[in-house]
Amino acid sequence: MLSKHKLLIAAIAAGTVGLASTGSALAQKKYDTGAIDTEIKIGNIMPYSGPASAYGVIGKTEAAYFNKINAEGGINGRKINFISYDDSYSPPKAVEQARKLVESDEVLLIFNSLGTPSNSAIEKYMNAKKVPQLFVATGATKWDEPKQFPWTMGWQPSYQSEARIYAKYLIKNKPDAKIGVLYQNDDFGKDYLKGLKDGLGAKSSMIVAEEGYETSEPTIDGHIVKLKAAGADVFISITTPKFAAQAIKKLAEMNWTPLHIVSNVSSSVGGVLKPAGFENSQGILSANYGKDAADPQWNSDPGMKKFLEFLTKYYPDANKLDGSVVYGYGAAQTMVKVLQMCGDDLTRANVMKQAASLKNFAPDTLLPGITINTSPTDYAPIKQLRMERFKGEKWELFGDIISSELTN
Amino acid sequence: MAAVQEVVTEAPAIDAVPKRAMTLSAGTTLIMLALLLLVPLFVKNFIIFQLTMLLVYGLAVLALNILTGGSGQFSLGQSAFYAVGAYTSAILIENAGMNYALTLPVAGFVCFLFGFLFGLPALRLSGVYLALATFALATAMPQILKLGYFEAWTGGVQGLVVTKPDTPDIVQTVLAWFHLKMSQDMWFYYFALAVTIAIYILSVNLLRSRSGRAFMAIRDNEIAASAMGVDVALYKTLAFGVSAAITGIAGGLGAIAVQFVAPDGYTITLAISLFLGMVVGGVGWLPGSIVGSAFIIFVPNIAEGISKGLSGAVFGVILFIVIFLVPHGARQVAMVAQHLLGRLKKR
Amino acid sequence: MDLFVNQILAGIATGAIYGCMALALVMIYQAIDNLNFAQGEMAMFSTFVSWQLMQWGLPYWGAFVITLVLSFVGGVVIERALFKPLAKAPILTNVAGFIALFSILNSSAGLIWDFTIKEYPTPFGSAPFLGSQLISTHQAGMIGVTVLLLIALYVFFRFTRIGLAMRAAASVPESARLVGINTSWMIALGWGMAAAIGSIAGMLIAPVVFLEPNMMGGVLIYGFAAAVLGGLNSPFGAVIGGFLVGIFENLAGTYIPGVGNELKLPIALALIVTVLVVKPAGLFGRPIVKRV
Repeated sequence: MLSKHKLLIAAIAAGTVGLASTGSALAQKKYDTGAIDTEIKIGNIMPYSGPASAYGVIGKTEAAYFNKINAEGGINGRKINFISYDDSYSPPKAVEQARKLVESDEVLLIFNSLGTPSNSAIEKYMNAKKVPQLFVATGATKWDEPKQFPWTMGWQPSYQSEARIYAKYLIKNKPDAKIGVLYQNDDFGKDYLKGLKDGLGAKSSMIVAEEGYETSEPTIDGHIVKLKAAGADVFISITTPKFAAQAIKKLAEMNWTPLHIVSNVSSSVGGVLKPAGFENSQGILSANYGKDAADPQWNSDPGMKKFLEFLTKYYPDANKLDGSVVYGYGAAQTMVKVLQMCGDDLTRANVMKQAASLKNFAPDTLLPGITINTSPTDYAPIKQLRMERFKGEKWELFGDIISSELTN
Repeated sequence: MAAVQEVVTEAPAIDAVPKRAMTLSAGTTLIMLALLLLVPLFVKNFIIFQLTMLLVYGLAVLALNILTGGSGQFSLGQSAFYAVGAYTSAILIENAGMNYALTLPVAGFVCFLFGFLFGLPALRLSGVYLALATFALATAMPQILKLGYFEAWTGGVQGLVVTKPDTPDIVQTVLAWFHLKMSQDMWFYYFALAVTIAIYILSVNLLRSRSGRAFMAIRDNEIAASAMGVDVALYKTLAFGVSAAITGIAGGLGAIAVQFVAPDGYTITLAISLFLGMVVGGVGWLPGSIVGSAFIIFVPNIAEGISKGLSGAVFGVILFIVIFLVPHGARQVAMVAQHLLGRLKKR
Repeated sequence: MDLFVNQILAGIATGAIYGCMALALVMIYQAIDNLNFAQGEMAMFSTFVSWQLMQWGLPYWGAFVITLVLSFVGGVVIERALFKPLAKAPILTNVAGFIALFSILNSSAGLIWDFTIKEYPTPFGSAPFLGSQLISTHQAGMIGVTVLLLIALYVFFRFTRIGLAMRAAASVPESARLVGINTSWMIALGWGMAAAIGSIAGMLIAPVVFLEPNMMGGVLIYGFAAAVLGGLNSPFGAVIGGFLVGIFENLAGTYIPGVGNELKLPIALALIVTVLVVKPAGLFGRPIVKRV
């Protein structure tokens, strides 16, 4: 009885394989450490504790998504064994956990590990060991260096490229702007600031004041007072959600109405603009690549419907207002896509090869028209963004899809 | 009103640990040493790496123990000294091409000066005030490391990647005669072990020396110590300097083991961890440092194994259980064990 | 000049936050002669409780009062259950206990209410106050409440039997016991009061910084600094310390060229340490003479 059942599963699995990897059906099963006939081990590192614990939701969403895939039969008959560890956003701990995943748990790859410092700390190790460090959860520019680090790949658009889009927008639409920048004094803020300056190029004197803040500061009022005093009429907010919301509210309280741009990181309707007050958020500009689950315009979108169904069934505790949930879903979908493309050749080299040959792949949560494309010389999966303006209770997209490749 | 002054007989903040009780008996020491020498031969590289970190944090806890358990000064700023040591080593290796082993004494020396200078204003402070001053140092350090002015050397917010030392050729050649090989991890472990043992022996001797007695006299009663002719100012700053130097060396070792330094690695969280390590190991009991170090490395892993979402809470609960059972840390366990052994022997 | 005045006003507004927190720290210091590192997290947890009550439909003031009571009871319970058993343990072990409590509260709040920021209402509104766009009515209200609390605490510690008993129990426990004060319960009472004051601080701070599990992390550092600067045994000093820290931090960020902006917290802390070196008991604290 049991064997009959197993046979059936095998038959179905074989069928799906045939479908997924047309042409490679003849290929023999090939495995590296971490993959067998019944299982694929995927490692992950997240800050479940410590100062950045807000992002732990990404890891939980991914675990839930892989549960869904497993419940639906897995990938080519293989169940995903998702092993996620906590690094408390500390680089030394990240190294320890990465080594545990690779050497002790023997995972096939590490997926979507979070944070620029943590990923920088393990990058050299992963490349020396030739273990894929796929779709890292940070927007630093340095993850797109296939020559130097062929085993490391990013996922989201880089901070620098997004900042360049704002720079271009300002040069075109407000050439006499006096820009005041508020940035978080860490890798994220500094990367953005660099992108902005590069984008402005010769016109970087448009920036009249830049103010860095530390995450340990309770409020950023003093910085905003300074930016206003410097005579800025454009306010660029390179901030994480809490500080972005504080800035929006403070601007309204001070009756200061510059052209306000918030970074994509803090463009969440539910997580930033609603707490800051919709009445204070009108006219804010941003750029985005994903849909926002709290934005009513996507209520009837088929992709978002799938996303919400997934939440009800596999992650009912999730707060759909949290941008991290949408993020984790999209990243996990990309991972599953790559594993499907690998077929029965689950070697680390093939995983990287497939990850570097994504063509027009569109996870459910990306904006219409934005797709994931990679090649052996292009390790930046998402490079497109659209500008958006906040109106009423939702973002209104405007302009074309902008490809933000760093070639200019 | 202003004339009213509160007169308090203050109990010493740290219980007096007799200096004999600061070390282990010869037998136990040998067993520990044998374990530290042999275990790496039988485990995976990843465990060897964890053991290396155990030694590194053990050294840092030991340094805090000399400061707090030895001279009675409290510090929440150890992460700053650790960071300076780590960056000194990293910068010398990567930018000046210096041999990793030579960078450690430099890191120690730089941190000694830094600690000694910091100890000067700290002289006038004690208790919570000293806690604030050292706390300030710990919060300031990552921000200073990020400063644009130093970016050419420190790599700014992005940090610096450090090359891992290879096993020296001579060691490889000798091992090759026996058809053996030594991984980079194992080599660095034994290197770190040698450094740790050397520092441990020096520390024990320091506390047994005239300076050590002066430290403890200050810890137990500062005023009495000064009345007996102990140069309180000198020895208090000296304790800061020595503690900083050892922490700096630990930081240097840590940077090489982790192969990366970045401001985010040296926040106040690290200082708090080291403090917890000291309490769990037993304040003033040097061998406890390694127990404390094991606690801060492995207990978070256990906590997240129990619950991802609540790992912080589980860690807190475990910590509470430990301090309820043994408020004096591992020292208490060791003393009870010694007592029991003594009774067994008598029978 | 305009910028100078504005920075001072902004400093006062943030200083009120620090002062509020510092008051809770002074309260606990009066009771246990030590600083509770988990004070900020207790305040955050209380604030979440009040937010939850409002989500369930209670009006602001109803939630406010219930939270106050719950926080007081919670503080007493925490002391009885977790810290009374540690009464005989070394001080540093108690500090480790505070850290454990910090970790437990922070992590539980994250699991129960997650980490997205939440809007928190203010009873004072957020219109500009007296025509100044830098201080909102909420911040003015906050300063008002802080001053009221301060007066209440002053009266409590100076003129009520229980307040005097509490001070006696904290500073000279042995003598206090000899005159019939139940020092153990005085400590529990101190925890309860500190928790209640902390909850007020949290509920006043949340509208400015937004409610989330890590909201008190930064505030605690500054509150700590403010309390120490003003003098740990002086509620008045703590509040003044809060304003001074807020103003100084802003001025350092604005007027110290080069590193001022990036290092404003370290500079502010360095200044406080300098003050302490000159006046070790803080600006308004009474020096304690040690008997050998």
